[in-house]
Amino acid sequence: MFKIIKKEVLAPMIKLLEIKAPLVAGKAAAGQFVIIRTHELGERVPLTIADFDREKGIITCVFQEVGKTTRELGTMIPGDCITDFVGPLGLPSHIEKFGRVVCVGGGIGVAPVYPIARALKDAGNDVTGIVGARTKSFIFWEDKMRSACSELRVTTDDGTYARKGFVTDLLREVIEEKGDIALCLAIGPLPMMQAVCALTREYKLKTIVSLNSIMVDGTGMCGSCRVTVGGETKFACVDGPEFDGHEVDFAEMSRRSVIYKPQEKLSIERYDEAGARRPGCGCGGEK
Amino acid sequence: MAGDTTSGKKSIKPFKNSMPVQDPVQRAKNFKEVALGYEEEAVVDEARRCIQCKNKPCLQGCPVEIDIPAFIKMAAERDFAGAIKSIKEKNSLPAVCGRVCPQENQCEKYCTLAKKHQPVAIGRIERYVADWELSREVLIQEVEPPTGKKVAVIGSGPAGLTCAADLAKQGHSVTVFEALHVAGGVLMYGIPEFRLPKGVVQAEVNNLKKIGVKFQLNCVVGKFATVDELMEDWGFDAVFIGTGAGLPHFMKIPGENACGVYSANEFLTRTNLMKAYLFPEYDTPIRVGRKVAVLGGGNVAMDSARTALRLGAEESWIVYRRTEKEMPARREEVEHAMEEGVKFAFLTFPTKILHDEDYWVKGMECLRCELGEKDASGRRSPVPIVGSEYIMEVDTVVVAIGQGPNPLVPRTTKGLECGRKGNIIACSETGATSKAGVFAGGDVVTGAATVILAMGAGRTAAKSIHKYLSENAPERNI
Ligand SMILES: Cc1cc2nc3c(=O)[nH]c(=O)nc-3n(C[C@H](O)[C@H](O)[C@H](O)COP(=O)(O)OP(=O)(O)OC[C@H]3O[C@@H](n4cnc5c(N)ncnc54)[C@H](O)[C@@H]3O)c2cc1C
Ligand SMILES: Cc1cc2nc3c(=O)[nH]c(=O)nc-3n(C[C@H](O)[C@H](O)[C@H](O)COP(=O)(O)OP(=O)(O)OC[C@H]3O[C@@H](n4cnc5c(N)ncnc54)[C@H](O)[C@@H]3O)c2cc1C
Ligand code: SF4
Ligand code: SF4
Ligand code: FES
Repeated sequence: MFKIIKKEVLAPMIKLLEIKAPLVAGKAAAGQFVIIRTHELGERVPLTIADFDREKGIITCVFQEVGKTTRELGTMIPGDCITDFVGPLGLPSHIEKFGRVVCVGGGIGVAPVYPIARALKDAGNDVTGIVGARTKSFIFWEDKMRSACSELRVTTDDGTYARKGFVTDLLREVIEEKGDIALCLAIGPLPMMQAVCALTREYKLKTIVSLNSIMVDGTGMCGSCRVTVGGETKFACVDGPEFDGHEVDFAEMSRRSVIYKPQEKLSIERYDEAGARRPGCGCGGEK
Repeated sequence: MAGDTTSGKKSIKPFKNSMPVQDPVQRAKNFKEVALGYEEEAVVDEARRCIQCKNKPCLQGCPVEIDIPAFIKMAAERDFAGAIKSIKEKNSLPAVCGRVCPQENQCEKYCTLAKKHQPVAIGRIERYVADWELSREVLIQEVEPPTGKKVAVIGSGPAGLTCAADLAKQGHSVTVFEALHVAGGVLMYGIPEFRLPKGVVQAEVNNLKKIGVKFQLNCVVGKFATVDELMEDWGFDAVFIGTGAGLPHFMKIPGENACGVYSANEFLTRTNLMKAYLFPEYDTPIRVGRKVAVLGGGNVAMDSARTALRLGAEESWIVYRRTEKEMPARREEVEHAMEEGVKFAFLTFPTKILHDEDYWVKGMECLRCELGEKDASGRRSPVPIVGSEYIMEVDTVVVAIGQGPNPLVPRTTKGLECGRKGNIIACSETGATSKAGVFAGGDVVTGAATVILAMGAGRTAAKSIHKYLSENAPERNI
């Protein structure tokens, strides 16, 4: 059982949990993820490690409520326990001194980008951060990102905060302005990552994306997470989740990510009918 | 008594007592166990068919060398407690083996009766006495006093469980690290409920807990700690690697990543481990279309095809490139599959998976084959017939053409020698690897094999680990 230590609501439907998991925290690195199961009947769902504290043995996850499991997770409060929590999974981000890098976080993607930007800056890179959201209320972790980057630029789709525009608009400006960028990292919704890759391809700017394919075990056993990268089949859970964005078959990826749409719809309807409930583990926060 | 010895020779009943099974039409729609198990009278009657051969030929077919005539004799005398105690000296998972051992190729193959009649139904008797114990929760197990030695077992499949049980009985402190959220390996995630009820596996796991084995679930070795760290930082004196052969192989044909193409591992894991057949009560979904093609001819393929029917597929096909005769699956499983309505396309070789504009599977292009020369495995290999392409209309494809060892542990362990296929190299007589204090066994060494062979390897390694600990490991304060 893995106890929830702290909870924050960062934006509408976007929540943060700090979870006690010393074994995971001991080894966690930027770019890796965990798989959780909220209760005995639950599904195994992956969440990126948004932050970690080795001393305290704590992992931070930030998630967006998009379906039954994440909604259920959103009802849990400090003291509650998550039944299963396994990690750190996937390969860590490749961190070295590249020179000038750009880190782009769209929507919920800001959370996974943060520890990578921090690690890149710590490694001596000049890190330009770009953060974008649909509207003002969805902007979170601006201060954290500012501290993790050498420079941060913010945008909202509707112009309700900072300036109006998409992250790709800012990215183009940064590329034009700075010229000598060695690497771009982009995490966010699939269409955003795809748009970023289309842009950086024009500039031949190497771009890393983190793929959210549907997973079960997360250890390379099932193949549910397979994606085509550079014409080859890769398992996102063990070969990734980060890949060269210019090589990723996004069309395949986006079709595979909606395989269970009808079932997900049924699940959430059933959940709503029964009334949102907090999954109880019955341990009363003891373990 | 059936033991009529007046003529000096028993009159032998030629046939096994038949196993009561669920009706095929019914069972193809549910996940309850197919074979229901003997009643007490049947088991006693079956046990009495054994003629108690002095030279015990049946033993050579059992990789863990259960004293077969001894336990059968006790079963014949209704001394089920004695029978299970005798079995457990050699086999810590009898309820599992009684169900899934390919007995026709093992113990029963060597049974004297098999020369003229049907062999004694050794597996079914074993299953009965094991279930008898599980239903009573008596558990008779003696454990030696603590030795103060710590052993890490990686993977909780049959190899790991057996190794853990043997070492715990000898007084060592054993911790099993398992990547998934339940213990049991393939017994939990692969072999379906209708062949091996998950309650049976968990009862066996609980028995291990009772003798002091600790289980650390949700722990992927190579991620939260490496083998080297387990020994250097965690204080384990020896390590057993039993991580199995979990890496699914694909055909590497066009269209294989289309929606509706599963590896057998995913298809079975969603169903068994995650209980997708109980969706939406359980959260994990699965999608089975109207017409399913399962590629392969082994046990895994049979399990997938039978699972597909139970999930509601209208048609479930086994697509195999050789003929019925060459199929590696157990005969009994093939028969059960046929009874339930699984269809077979032999001498068929898929070359391409076709999909619609939304990327969903809509068919499979296949070639017909004929059998050619014998290959290295001694089986005649299939040769595709040029120009014989045709389209098989299916909307789900399950690829069940085999698994390889998961590379996670080999890749993260310094100085661990591996073979060309990624299997760990370990001595078959001791389980020792190229690394001191590190032993390995089961599918990760042999490639996908059987439950009982994995158990045998776990037992062999436990013996060597015990010896290694007595000779090499430093004393510690407990
Ligand atoms: C490596 C990785 C890291 C991730 N990190 C984060 C994160 O930090 N924060 C966050 O909010 N989300 C993250 N996700 C996505 C998150 O796992 C899904 O939002 C979640 O599984 C949805 O479950 P649900 O039951 O709430 O919704 P559902 O209604 O079941 O699904 C909604 C959508 O989520 C995706 N999804 C569903 N089941 C799974 C599954 N088992 N595995 C992966 N995706 C699935 C599908 O695309 C689906 O259409 C990550 C995914 C991956 C693969
Ligand atoms: C569908 C199917 C049907 C089968 N039917 C039969 C049958 O009828 N009869 C028969 O005799 N055999 C059958 N087999 C084969 C048999 O199940 C295997 O040979 C046997 O389970 C191998 O045992 P093992 O202990 O080596 O590995 P496994 O059972 O594969 O267990 C390995 C365990 O290690 C865990 N693991 C892997 N990597 C790590 C890691 N890095 N850290 C921690 N844990 C890890 C895995 O999660 C798994 O739980 C079948 C196999 C399948 C897939
Ligand atoms: S363990 Fe398997 S091979 Fe050995 S006696 Fe039992 S059924 Fe036969
Ligand atoms: S070979 Fe058959 S008949 Fe002889 S002892 Fe073994 S089980 Fe009994
Ligand atoms: S999630 Fe199963 S192989 Fe990647």
